[in-house]
Amino acid sequence: MKRFALFWWDFVVGDDWRVAVGIAIALGLTAVLATTWATAWIVLPLAVAAVLWMSLRRVAR
Amino acid sequence: MGVTRGWRSALAGTVAASLALAAIVAALGPALTVIPIEVLRLVVGALLLVFGLQWLRKAILRASGWRALRDEDSVFERETAAARTADSEEHAGLDWYGFTVSFKGVLLEGLEVAFIVLTFGSTQGSIPLAIVGAAAAVVLVVIAGIVVRGPLSRVPENTLAFAVGVMLTTFGTFWGAEGAGVDWPGGDASLPVVLGFVVLVSLGYVTALRRRRVALA
Repeated sequence: MKRFALFWWDFVVGDDWRVAVGIAIALGLTAVLATTWATAWIVLPLAVAAVLWMSLRRVAR
Repeated sequence: MGVTRGWRSALAGTVAASLALAAIVAALGPALTVIPIEVLRLVVGALLLVFGLQWLRKAILRASGWRALRDEDSVFERETAAARTADSEEHAGLDWYGFTVSFKGVLLEGLEVAFIVLTFGSTQGSIPLAIVGAAAAVVLVVIAGIVVRGPLSRVPENTLAFAVGVMLTTFGTFWGAEGAGVDWPGGDASLPVVLGFVVLVSLGYVTALRRRRVALA
């Protein structure tokens, strides 16, 4: 059971769990802003760029 | 596996994994069509983003020199040596090592492909069309494998990984935002703009990390 859970964790989350957490937060923020702000489409692309950069910088220190 | 442990066991493992994948697709395909499209796009977008950013992250690190490029020749040599020296154990007339390694490889890699094909097909409303596209890709890969018959050293692996990462991240961003309730300006016409943004940002990161590497050297 533990190995099964580990397989799915590795399959979905991969090397850097912070990327998955960042994406979840960004999607949540987009959903909240989309109810009141027509330009909320800008949030996710910018968040994706930021999450990717933070993940890259952790390796390239 | 075919070259080192015999084609019979390798092909049996490949066929068994393909049947398992077909069963998974047959079970999941119809199930996906009953999920509301907004929920599906949110979940699929999130998963594509996580997958896509993993691919893109590795490709950018390799392209900028922070991670070594995969040397397919040495990987092939290493894997071939490991397969030749592995213990021989027979089950049901098959070399168990050759069977299980082939089964595991095809199933794990195929699972990711099956997920992408099913989700692309269901969010765009045509799973059969997505399956036709995937089948065409399988035929092309098999033909390439037969023609090359060796290590994939001539394939620009990191460029392919970069392209896959860009595509998955683009579709993940587009569908994830739509699933979260966003209306893209211009609807589907904004997809190429998102693609351009992801490409520009990724290439920019490659340049920035290359400069950082040179500055630290």
